[in-house]
Amino acid sequence: MALANTKVATGVVATQPRVSSDRRRRITSAILVNGILAVICFIWTVPTIGLLVSSFRTRENIATSGWWTVLPHQEWASVSQMQLQAGLDLTQPIVVNGTTLTDDQLRAGFKLPNGQLLKWANRRARLVDVEESHVTANTNFNLDNYQSVLIGQQYQYTTTDGVAHTDQGQNLGGAFVSTLTIAIPATVIPILFAAFAAYAFAWTRFKGRVIMFALVVALLVVPLQMALIPILRGYTFLHINGTYLALWLAHTGFGLPLATYLLYNYISQLPREVLESAFIDGASQFTIFTRLILPLSVPALASFAIFQFLWVWNDYLVALIFLGGSPGTQVLTMRLADIVGSRGQDWHLLTAGAFVSMLLPLTVFFALQRFFVRGLLAGSVKG
Amino acid sequence: MQQTLKLDSPQPPPAAVGAGAPGRFWAAFVGLIVTLVLLVAGFLYLRGDFNAPNSPPPQWITAIVAIVWGVGGVGALFTVLNTLVEALPEVWRARIQPYIFVGPAVIFLSLFLLVPTVLTLYLSFFNADSSAFVGLNNYGAIVTDSGMLESFRNNVIWLVLGTASCVIFGLLIAVLADRSRFETVAKALIFMPMAISFVGAGVIWRFIYAYTPPDQPQIGVLNALVVGLGGQPQAWTATEPWNTLFLILVLIWMQTGFAMVLFSAALKGVPGDLLEAARLDGANEIQTFFRIIIPYIQGTIITTTTTIAIFTLKIFDVVIVMTGGQYGTQVVATQFYRQFFSNRNFGYGSAIAIVLFIAVIPVMVYNLRQLRKQEGF
Repeated sequence: MALANTKVATGVVATQPRVSSDRRRRITSAILVNGILAVICFIWTVPTIGLLVSSFRTRENIATSGWWTVLPHQEWASVSQMQLQAGLDLTQPIVVNGTTLTDDQLRAGFKLPNGQLLKWANRRARLVDVEESHVTANTNFNLDNYQSVLIGQQYQYTTTDGVAHTDQGQNLGGAFVSTLTIAIPATVIPILFAAFAAYAFAWTRFKGRVIMFALVVALLVVPLQMALIPILRGYTFLHINGTYLALWLAHTGFGLPLATYLLYNYISQLPREVLESAFIDGASQFTIFTRLILPLSVPALASFAIFQFLWVWNDYLVALIFLGGSPGTQVLTMRLADIVGSRGQDWHLLTAGAFVSMLLPLTVFFALQRFFVRGLLAGSVKG
Repeated sequence: MQQTLKLDSPQPPPAAVGAGAPGRFWAAFVGLIVTLVLLVAGFLYLRGDFNAPNSPPPQWITAIVAIVWGVGGVGALFTVLNTLVEALPEVWRARIQPYIFVGPAVIFLSLFLLVPTVLTLYLSFFNADSSAFVGLNNYGAIVTDSGMLESFRNNVIWLVLGTASCVIFGLLIAVLADRSRFETVAKALIFMPMAISFVGAGVIWRFIYAYTPPDQPQIGVLNALVVGLGGQPQAWTATEPWNTLFLILVLIWMQTGFAMVLFSAALKGVPGDLLEAARLDGANEIQTFFRIIIPYIQGTIITTTTTIAIFTLKIFDVVIVMTGGQYGTQVVATQFYRQFFSNRNFGYGSAIAIVLFIAVIPVMVYNLRQLRKQEGF
């Protein structure tokens, strides 16, 4: 208290200088805070930007220069070439255009006083490049990579040396439809189950209620791996391995603990008066649920829906196990992982493919970020 | 916190068992049978039983049937069961109705998580094809196999470094963003990787770590930086033992946003007058942070740390996409997959899953304890 008083007192006596020094300190700290934040944001965004930019570059460009060369930069470009005498002894000093050089200097590139650079173009053929520095930007963009990854058929392309090649499309278009086919029912079905259950847990009393809800909470953190082998055997018994059905059911089961828990938290907090008055009016539980609880719970339903949709869309393990190798139903993550495995250095395919797989989740994320964040905050521990 | 309403009203309304009740009951009964038949028919269709060989129906038709079957079927089932129950005498209705509401969820949870968990435990005591009981042999193999021990070591590194980095970075960024005018933009950018799949993120980071021989231009950002600073390009994900750290960076990139969002919300909850009082008492920024803010958001720190730790425990996709588990980067979940899929050793695979399960038991117990403290339970 005493400290606080003296502070106030000095503040009153020496108003003018304090305010300005306070202000200066505040500006410095704002610059510091925003500066650090900007650096972190830059580091966090660069990987994705690199991928996006690369996906529009030609296959030769991606393989021979970094994606950052799309920005204006200094680059040595060949202006002319000089043919030296064939079979010239490279251990001796070499005379090029009146300048005496060594082999090492020509390998590293030697800068002439006029700003030109001398460098081997082809050491074995004794060909020397004369290069000049230009400001260039490597902006040769097109959509070819997307075409190659989206289509399923074979296609032709010609490399810069004029040779025509045939390649098989990666059929990510088909995988996109597959993923959507899996993600929509796998999002809607668990929500329906969970909403009914959450309502009963929150607003009715029945035998076994505590045990059943404890089961929900306990299963929140159970690792998926615990369930995979027995479920796969059950699926083999039912002959549904490799079908969409297998994935809807599995994702419904795996999504239910979180869905029920999240919706319970929300539905149990709804104002008691609303439900009481509806019940006094003679509404049945079913009516209360469909007419009152569901509309009131839209924010919670939306939060979970986004959560589950992104989770199913981005899932790799569950799809890998239950869809296996069946080519017709492969999802995006599986196709992409396959391309990594079989064509890990073909960056023109990988960059475009990865971006195709990210397109929808990123759109959903940026459009509905508010709901997504709310879902996270409602407590999300998923097994 | 929350008062639960008892909806089984004390006096049964006399009209409940009226003249129309038996008729409604039988109508609902027929409805139930029709619904069940449709559900089974849909199941068989979706399983592919009705497809002409070699000409499966277009994908979008299957998708629409699936959505109608799943959503419509569930809705119809709830509706007819409910009509059936509401035609019953009041006493029975109140008793049965809640089970119709929780029934499907509890059945699904049991079939897809509870029963499999018990079965996995059971299978872990059997041999590769579950034909002979082997006691604790699978567990013995786990604790002696050098590959498994390496995976355990890696998983511990993932758990400690990955979780700690996500939490610390998340907190740092949340504090910085809280004081910045660009909070919304900054948070969205940091949070964005959460929306991407681990496979996609794996591709992004493989591109960052891309390696080409020294005489060629580097196309990976990291090697380009190293070469630009006069170093030699490195094959980052293939060099033991540091490669695991480079894989962990991917996790940090993806999960820091999660921690940041939780911390950011918690920071907003720290009362302003508390901070003001501390400053007036002469506490500087660092003291305020460690003595006031950290204790105040302790609960959030614990929750966030546990969530990320559980997530990291099961890390799988990143390792598979980045290295395929080669160069000494195996973790427990990739070992599980290997035993399960490549070796078809269900006993060993199950035992590995049980190890993961044992690791989360403390969290489970903690959650259940918290539940008991909650009102209404």
